[in-house]
Amino acid sequence: MLSRVASQVHWLNRYIERAENVARFIDVNLNLMLEMDAAHQQWMPLVATAGDEAAFAARYKEPSKANVIRFLTFDASNPNSILSCLRMARENARSVREIISSEMWTQVNVSYLAVEEAVAKGNVLDDPRDFFARVKMDSHLFGGIMDATMSHGEAWHFGRLGRLLERADKTARILDVKYYVLLPSLEDVGSPFDDLQWQAVLKSASALEMYRKERRRRITPRDVADFLILSRDFPRSIRSSLATAEESLHRITGTPGHAFRNAAEKRLGRLRSEFDYLEIEDVFAVGLHEFLQRVLSEIRYVGDGIHESFFAPRAIPAATRREAPQ
Amino acid sequence: MYGDKAGREKIFPFDIVPRIVRWQEWTHVARGLEQRIRALNAFVADVYGEGRILKAGIVPEDLVRSSRGFRPRLVGVRPPRDVWCHVSGIDLVRHGDGALYVLEDNIRTPSGVSYVLENREIMKKVLPELFERANVQPVANYPNLLLETLTQLSDRRDPTVVVLTPGMYNSAYFEHSYLAQKMGIELVEGSDLVVDGDEVKMRTTRGLRRVDVIYRRIDDDFLDPKAFREDSLLGVAGLIDVFEKGNVALANAPGTGVADDKAVYPYVPKMIRFYLGETPVLPNVPTLVCWDDKERAEVLANLDKLVVKAANESGGYGMLVGPHATPDEREAFAKRIEENPRNYIAQPTLALSRVPTRVGGTFEGRHVDLRPYVLHGREIKVVPGGLTRVALRKGSLVVNSSQGGGSKDTWVLGPEGA
Repeated sequence: MLSRVASQVHWLNRYIERAENVARFIDVNLNLMLEMDAAHQQWMPLVATAGDEAAFAARYKEPSKANVIRFLTFDASNPNSILSCLRMARENARSVREIISSEMWTQVNVSYLAVEEAVAKGNVLDDPRDFFARVKMDSHLFGGIMDATMSHGEAWHFGRLGRLLERADKTARILDVKYYVLLPSLEDVGSPFDDLQWQAVLKSASALEMYRKERRRRITPRDVADFLILSRDFPRSIRSSLATAEESLHRITGTPGHAFRNAAEKRLGRLRSEFDYLEIEDVFAVGLHEFLQRVLSEIRYVGDGIHESFFAPRAIPAATRREAPQ
Repeated sequence: MYGDKAGREKIFPFDIVPRIVRWQEWTHVARGLEQRIRALNAFVADVYGEGRILKAGIVPEDLVRSSRGFRPRLVGVRPPRDVWCHVSGIDLVRHGDGALYVLEDNIRTPSGVSYVLENREIMKKVLPELFERANVQPVANYPNLLLETLTQLSDRRDPTVVVLTPGMYNSAYFEHSYLAQKMGIELVEGSDLVVDGDEVKMRTTRGLRRVDVIYRRIDDDFLDPKAFREDSLLGVAGLIDVFEKGNVALANAPGTGVADDKAVYPYVPKMIRFYLGETPVLPNVPTLVCWDDKERAEVLANLDKLVVKAANESGGYGMLVGPHATPDEREAFAKRIEENPRNYIAQPTLALSRVPTRVGGTFEGRHVDLRPYVLHGREIKVVPGGLTRVALRKGSLVVNSSQGGGSKDTWVLGPEGA
């Protein structure tokens, strides 16, 4: 298929997943801050996690709750805001309407227009939980509609690859939010208060119930990180996301598993297999934050590999070719 | 469909009352269109070939060379089978005398055929019973005929055919996408294609893949920044080189604009006589060419009665409907004509026929034209029907969608008793 089309289906999925996860970020923080008094409220970590501090500082004075939510939700000048992501998703969907199903297009369109309307009304901050729940649900709907109405051929796999890579990236970031949120005092570590915070992290990854079913233990930082990073079965864990992404990649190329023919397969294969031989103690040994930062950079590297291998095939440079007789 | 800034599409209104064309009249029209396309194609081939008609003094050489659609660098080029005009849309109007006249020849990248197909689909859904009884000639085969026409342009086995679009912000993008989908071929943008050595290739997820035939819906000007407009971002650098080497076919071939020029149009009946030795089946609308001093004087003296059109515009832009214009508008237009006489032609204000059209809760007469589509591959095929455009504003003679026009389904009824 055309590189441009593959790339647009890929990015359509990434943007929708990104919008969903920005909603999750904000949700985790709303959760975390609920039990904190105003003096201790911290919203800047969210901006830091998204890596957009400079852009934020250029437009806003205070990292207040309202400003951060505005920046991450409907600031059109922030390319990673929910509004921008959904707009880009819609643009991508629009230019591949002949490839995707009309139900997918309708869903993308409806989600974008809903956010646009909410922004116009200006009442997102009145009831943020509802709004973010809607953004998350719209993303789930899109995924479900895509799975049920689009042939699971090459384009679909490029889409799923995009969605799962984005999810791996964002689950890592959600987990990392906790790192940035400084605790009020050292004594709180391991306190019921700390437990509550870790529970909020789980909840934001829609992982609390599944965690309980799988672990049946009290919530500890070690187990939460273990679950979100290494669970084989939970579909939002980094490991599971990478494994599914790799499956799609190999379905696209036909390369047998545990082998590679291009940069994307090599990089993703290496990263995924690292997770197969990893225990949570190894993660804590290097430091959770340091580990997550490295994973994020590896995921970016996989993304570059996908771009090089599929989206930007290059012509043979004219200089290396024999001159055609005139 | 016209995209605006927020990315919303405007609607091309559809009128539910079909426009009826009887079989006997249609066979006459089809014969006339086939004849006209043969002559126009011969003309384009001649202009870029021997130039017989120019040497014979039948069409003025200066007029041809000064046409905006004339591409000097294509002189001497011969596309496959000497066919240049693969897809044409000929605008017909019925005058007060009841006869159908040719108003315009659209042989660059005519659009609108998707509406013909979509309007038919709507009618079948809305009026199935009427449809069953009426013996309406089908149009749904158009994408197959188009693909066949395009495939015939390559000698390679199983050639790769693509539709080239300027992209989703183009007003006809819906049609480009629609046709690609119906033909089951790739819809590409300029950036999807690259000239690699002597071939045109498209960028796919499995690397570069050769393209043999391009149904391009981009104007000549923007097709190749190396050959034509340097600032074009829509085209493919080096495409015309490959075309000239015969390694890629373009439909329509570049350079056909020379026969789409409204100042060349008055000569089409003469072309038919010259190349085919036949009498034109479909008459032209009498036309004055402002390039000619005598005719220009006549135009300027009668601006209040005439319709004046820019020779190289389409979509109803750059025209003056004399009887409906204010004296100031006529004066301003007279100045433009005198500044650039080559670019203007004038025609009598036609008493365009009207057909019943649903307006509010009732039916009223509205002016219409008809654009049938003609395909020229190994042979010439005329699609039975075409796009009937209707001026929805009462009394308006301008049917273009950009100027408040709508469309109707066109029913060519089969032979009586069939």
